[in-house]
Amino acid sequence: MPRVNPTRTPMAEQAAEERIRNFDEVPYGYTVEEAMAEAQRCLLCKRPTCMDGCPVHINIVGFLELAAKGDFRAAINLIKESDALPAITGRVCPQETQCEQVCVMARKYEPVAIGRVERFLADWEASQGDMPTPELAPPSGKRVAVVGSGPAGLTVAADLARLGHRVTIFEALHEAGGVLVYGIPEFRLPKAIVRREVDYVCGLGAELVKDFVVGQTATLDELLTEFDAVFLGSGAGLPWFLDLPGENLSGVYSANEYLTRSNLMKAYRFPEYDTPIARGRRVITIGGGNVAMDACRTALRLGAEESIVVYRRSREEMPARAEEIDRAEEEGIQFMYLTTPVAIHGDEHGQVESLECLRNQLGEPDASGRRRPVAIEGSNYRVPADIVIMAIGQSPSPLIPRTTADLDTKKDGVVVIDPPTGKTSKRGVFAGGDVATGGATVILAMGQGRTAAAAIDEYLKTGVW
Amino acid sequence: MYPILEKQELAPAIKMMVVAAPNAARKARAGQFVIIRVDEPGERIPLTIADHDSEKGTITLILQEVGKTTMQMGALEVGDSLATVAGPLGHPTEIEDYGTVVCVGGGVGIAPIFPIARALKQAGNRVVAIIGARSRDLLFWEDRMRSVSDELIVCTDDGSYGRPGLVTEPLREILEERRGEIARVWAVGPAVMMKFVSRTTEPFGVPTTVSLNTVMIDGTGMCGGCRVMSGGAAQFVCVDGPEFDGWLVDWDLLLSRLQYYRPQEQEAIEHWQTCRSREVPA
Repeated sequence: MPRVNPTRTPMAEQAAEERIRNFDEVPYGYTVEEAMAEAQRCLLCKRPTCMDGCPVHINIVGFLELAAKGDFRAAINLIKESDALPAITGRVCPQETQCEQVCVMARKYEPVAIGRVERFLADWEASQGDMPTPELAPPSGKRVAVVGSGPAGLTVAADLARLGHRVTIFEALHEAGGVLVYGIPEFRLPKAIVRREVDYVCGLGAELVKDFVVGQTATLDELLTEFDAVFLGSGAGLPWFLDLPGENLSGVYSANEYLTRSNLMKAYRFPEYDTPIARGRRVITIGGGNVAMDACRTALRLGAEESIVVYRRSREEMPARAEEIDRAEEEGIQFMYLTTPVAIHGDEHGQVESLECLRNQLGEPDASGRRRPVAIEGSNYRVPADIVIMAIGQSPSPLIPRTTADLDTKKDGVVVIDPPTGKTSKRGVFAGGDVATGGATVILAMGQGRTAAAAIDEYLKTGVW
Repeated sequence: MYPILEKQELAPAIKMMVVAAPNAARKARAGQFVIIRVDEPGERIPLTIADHDSEKGTITLILQEVGKTTMQMGALEVGDSLATVAGPLGHPTEIEDYGTVVCVGGGVGIAPIFPIARALKQAGNRVVAIIGARSRDLLFWEDRMRSVSDELIVCTDDGSYGRPGLVTEPLREILEERRGEIARVWAVGPAVMMKFVSRTTEPFGVPTTVSLNTVMIDGTGMCGGCRVMSGGAAQFVCVDGPEFDGWLVDWDLLLSRLQYYRPQEQEAIEHWQTCRSREVPA
């Protein structure tokens, strides 16, 4: 029996007081020695449970065994058989609820840091210069349109291109990557890495058409006259607002707008880049998910003296990743729990001045199983602020359903799919990712993309719907 | 990349460009817009499609040099390219045979009112057009507007050409003199002009459509930066508009939201003027 190392190899990162002044990535990543040491902690289970926790079923034990021996080339190739975007998933997956949660080591010790080793391997490959293209199947003569270049669309495009189909990705924005480029900040996921992964997918033969808004530039039905199948991976980009009095004052942003300005348009480098963004002294972010964490941490880096999160339940109920909440706390973000915003007040120029809130107490569990916040009447108070960011969720854009009569959607715009195949109500059209879930994680979108790609391949071969 | 095929100066600081953008040109209709970005560090701004040729794959854009991006775009020449042209975006104008209609274009708004007036004319309407500018040298496309109008009234604020005064004055006279005859009014121009056109038509009960030009980023409904209040409900100009019922728009809110980035817009102009020959930042 090899000696079990109970603790994971730590990963160096930028100190909190340093990193709140820049947009550089927080963790530095493993060195060769650290990656090998961590991979060597894997017990090489005969019947590994970790793979069941991975939505795209990477051969985790296989790649860790290769990495432990220093055969990084073979290890990364093995990952890429299941995951076209390992530099991204290694960084943004909530591994603590996926592969690492079901690692056998986690029963007694710290689980193997699977995500960190995956990330190391992807970065190692990029540092070697060119990324070799895997063998592609002979051309099938079939054409597939992928709508949206986020995690779901990129996964489908990579899988289908490898199977020999001619893939065209249609992207509405000027940069591919979806939420990876407009939503997740540079300090969590450097954009150069996203570009590298997109280039890899295009290198497999997928064509990328940017500035193309499906539902406007062409309808889904028009795409179906040219393509044998369509995958809808257009995400959930329509931001929700609370319908509060004062919500349209200047200085009230949706998290989508705030993050798009900062990440995609690089407003944090204004005026070197043209897009402006308001730099508030006191910034309040409303919400408790990962998007809220990204927004409040961005505000700090844009120079806010105080960045405050207002959340209606308590810390235990926050849906954000534990690691991200920890990092936000380290950086000095203030959290106001059990707080419900009721109005936004402005000054004579129509700009935000304060947020009016009510205090809550926790009531009985609701349908989600979490204890419901109940407002305490008369507990109104005002928190001064010059920017308020709404990070309370989003749903799919109505652009495509509005122009496609026979595409079934739920009331909130979520496209109805048959989960084992990703088939929609419309023949030839598959969907996956946030457009079909209403807002989940990068890796779930990729998992659904993988499922849909297999079903699309089957449909193209058999013609059976 | 989207090459500029033709360029013409219509008036001081007002330029027309014909741009190769086959995807946008194929489906473009009156009332729609595109989002453009000049270069890599550039911002995304909305511009109305003033004309298009689906077969040649071109669209015509008119820009007034009011800020850093429009100044930079105005300095481009034939052979240069835009980094982004996304569209067509927004709902097209609802074109029907309404009877007699009035189309009001103010300043650079003369460009977007042209395709609307043309489409209304082609649909069988009797088109009365009113165009206005601050002064004679800022006026353009009088001939084009005349070619699609049954009547054309030209105004200048300073009286240097045509009728002296604002476009709302002849509009009020027409509404008074021809009560019951005017079926609808369209107005495109500065927000203040559209506000007062709407105030002018409301007592006469003549439905009035305005084309709102707010701050935008993506133009596809994913950020809400362009939101306005219309009839008491928040609406996104890029996907719910750009055309709205002028009587229902909260104009004061819209005007105050347009001011928000003023200091940074000024900073951007100054930054650009000091380092015109910019390279793409690393």
